[in-house]
Amino acid sequence: MTQEESPVSLHDAPTRRLNMIEAINDALDIMMARDPDVIIMGEDVGYFGGVFRATAGLQKKYGKTRVFDTPINECGIIGAAVGMGAYGLRPVPEIQFADYIYPGLDQLISEAARLRYRSAGEFIAPLTVRSPFGGGIFGGQTHSQSPEALFTHVAGLKTVIPATPHDAKGLLIAAIEDNDPVIFFEPKRIYNGPFDGYYDKPVKPWNTHDDSVVPEGYYKIPLGKARVVREGEALTVLAYGTMVHVATAVCAEKGVDAEIIDLRTLVPIDIETVEKSVQKTGRCMVVHEATRTSGFGAELSALVQERCFYHLEAPIERVTGFDTPYPHSLEWAYFPGPVRIGEALDRLLGGK
Amino acid sequence: MAESRKPLGKRGNLPPLELYVPEPKFRPGDKADFTYIDAPPAGAQARPDEGCAAIETSALCYDLVRVLDDDHRAVGPWDPKLDPDTLRQMLRTMALTRAFDERMYRGQRQGKTSFYMKCTGEEATSVAAAYALASDDMVFPSYRQQGILLARGYPLIEMINQIYSNRGDKLKGRQLPIMYSARDFSFFTISGNLATQYPQAVGWAMASASRGDTRIAASWIGEGSTAEGDFHAALTFATVYNAPVVFNVVNNQWAISSFSGFAGAERTTFAARAIGYGVAGLRVDGNDALAVYAATQWAANRARSNQGPSLIEHFTYRVEGHSTSDDPGQYRSAREAEEWPLGDPIMRLKRHLITLGEWSEDQHEAMDRELAEQVKAATKEAEKNGILGHGLHHPFHTMFEDVYEELPWHLEEQAEQAIRERRTKWPEWKE
Repeated sequence: MTQEESPVSLHDAPTRRLNMIEAINDALDIMMARDPDVIIMGEDVGYFGGVFRATAGLQKKYGKTRVFDTPINECGIIGAAVGMGAYGLRPVPEIQFADYIYPGLDQLISEAARLRYRSAGEFIAPLTVRSPFGGGIFGGQTHSQSPEALFTHVAGLKTVIPATPHDAKGLLIAAIEDNDPVIFFEPKRIYNGPFDGYYDKPVKPWNTHDDSVVPEGYYKIPLGKARVVREGEALTVLAYGTMVHVATAVCAEKGVDAEIIDLRTLVPIDIETVEKSVQKTGRCMVVHEATRTSGFGAELSALVQERCFYHLEAPIERVTGFDTPYPHSLEWAYFPGPVRIGEALDRLLGGK
Repeated sequence: MAESRKPLGKRGNLPPLELYVPEPKFRPGDKADFTYIDAPPAGAQARPDEGCAAIETSALCYDLVRVLDDDHRAVGPWDPKLDPDTLRQMLRTMALTRAFDERMYRGQRQGKTSFYMKCTGEEATSVAAAYALASDDMVFPSYRQQGILLARGYPLIEMINQIYSNRGDKLKGRQLPIMYSARDFSFFTISGNLATQYPQAVGWAMASASRGDTRIAASWIGEGSTAEGDFHAALTFATVYNAPVVFNVVNNQWAISSFSGFAGAERTTFAARAIGYGVAGLRVDGNDALAVYAATQWAANRARSNQGPSLIEHFTYRVEGHSTSDDPGQYRSAREAEEWPLGDPIMRLKRHLITLGEWSEDQHEAMDRELAEQVKAATKEAEKNGILGHGLHHPFHTMFEDVYEELPWHLEEQAEQAIRERRTKWPEWKE
């Protein structure tokens, strides 16, 4: 249904400064306007506009049959979205917190992810499942988790995690237009500002950050393409979401000339950018907020080892959350913050 | 310090609590006595208006809608009054379903495929329902609704290619036998996971309604998998959005070796589940093709006129094992099928047509022979495309296709690996 547009030169487009929620809202608005098949559903997304305001104003603008509240039943939300996709719609369900997605897993793993394969392309599931994830907001164990590795393990799903308002808009538009099911995790700690890992310092808003400059109108950031946030020679940092900002801040503070890569899409991963960087720097640190064992960092570490072994000058470092539930009062003890990252940097660089 | 938990003493004079675990009435070696099943007389059930409030169907949820009486006549307000041609077509499709099942079951036993599932005794629950729906209404079947495909004229050879997972299988040998997909016949891809199709049918129906379409959705589930959370999700979504969907629960008494008591059948009926959601419920004699047709027509008309969803419990009996991998002789009485009080759906429709003077034993026998030949011919034709495990599968690269719309780098690498392995094992191999 979407009409072809000549690619917008992002340099020429008028821009606005947006926080990540506004950027996501803008992407949804643009896709609702462009494609009548796009519908939004989820708990509290309608009249109220979502608990994080991501869908604010959209029901009023596009009507109740395209933006509506759902029963509190994630299995039903995803299951109904699969049926709507089979009809020909392009649903964008919201799961209010990533921690709530588990009752919908069977519909995602056994159904949405397998529909194209098992029907040899007769039926597809062009869903984009948006969900806020990650901690650092005193959400306790049921409003803080980072379950991305559950989804990267599933053949047929794509997993996308933006780190900036600029990317959030372009990636979300690309995800909605994608004909495969996409899990779109939004790092809620950085909805309102780029968090540097220092929870005891004042929060910076997005409007002081370059990546809050968001082009107006339609643009896409292709899935499967990483972003080199900062070029450097000393080591490669592989991160996504909130941890891009934390790792960048710690490297700057320690004066480390790091090459920082924001993966943006975990599956399919941009292996070329990763390989090229590690082969150049010879050192690699993988950072994520999720628990350690069988986390996506294990996959990254294995990929780097398999493909860049003879370029490595030190063991790959994995900096992650601990293998515990996300604790409420001790959440900063869980969080892979500046101290944990700093230690790993010291080990990697060996006092260099 | 963990202290061992001792049962507390008696609370007053109350006896201790007892855990109840359901047990079917008959096990292997037992005589099957179904006199406890209350089969009310045909024609005795009221037929409420299709637009009635859901609550007005309450009594029907505990009754049994029946049309064919003991003298093989169609009686009462639910008689759909079908013309003899339609009745003969329905009979023929049910007989074709049975002939197809026989042949495919034998094929599995002969090693032509890995797996098969018959629907013997349950043919009416899919065939008669399919006749009552529009041919472009979207169906979300479970795994025992082959009768729908046959009713909609899906080519036998396509079904057999799928069952053999051969070169002609348009699902490219990816799915377990009988997990068909037929978009052009408005037949959704069968999952193999249970109950997932229920909320999907609701979503499809919601989409159709949101577009001002006229097509409705229908879905089938076994009584056993009504216990899944998806069932609750589907009924909740359907009632919230007044979705144009017809839910079918095929209560064939058995879920592999677990009798319907493990889905709650000892306490209430499956149709009665509907009322709690504010969904219309009907409980029908699933071996009475005319009752199935009439109930489906009622529910379809209700859905199509924006009057909301319905749930139909088809009370029937699974005459065969769950699948070719099952041996029901291990857990249930062999006498159950013959003692089943609601008879056989094909026999009952046949006798009805004979009673009407529109059919005869000779015609029926001739039809059965013809159908057996038709299935045999299709089987021979399909076998030209190969049978499972005999090399005539799809090219290796297809294994990696359709995981995503486009092949990502890691699957391209893995495809190369798979093809290399094949060449190593069979150096002379050509795709």
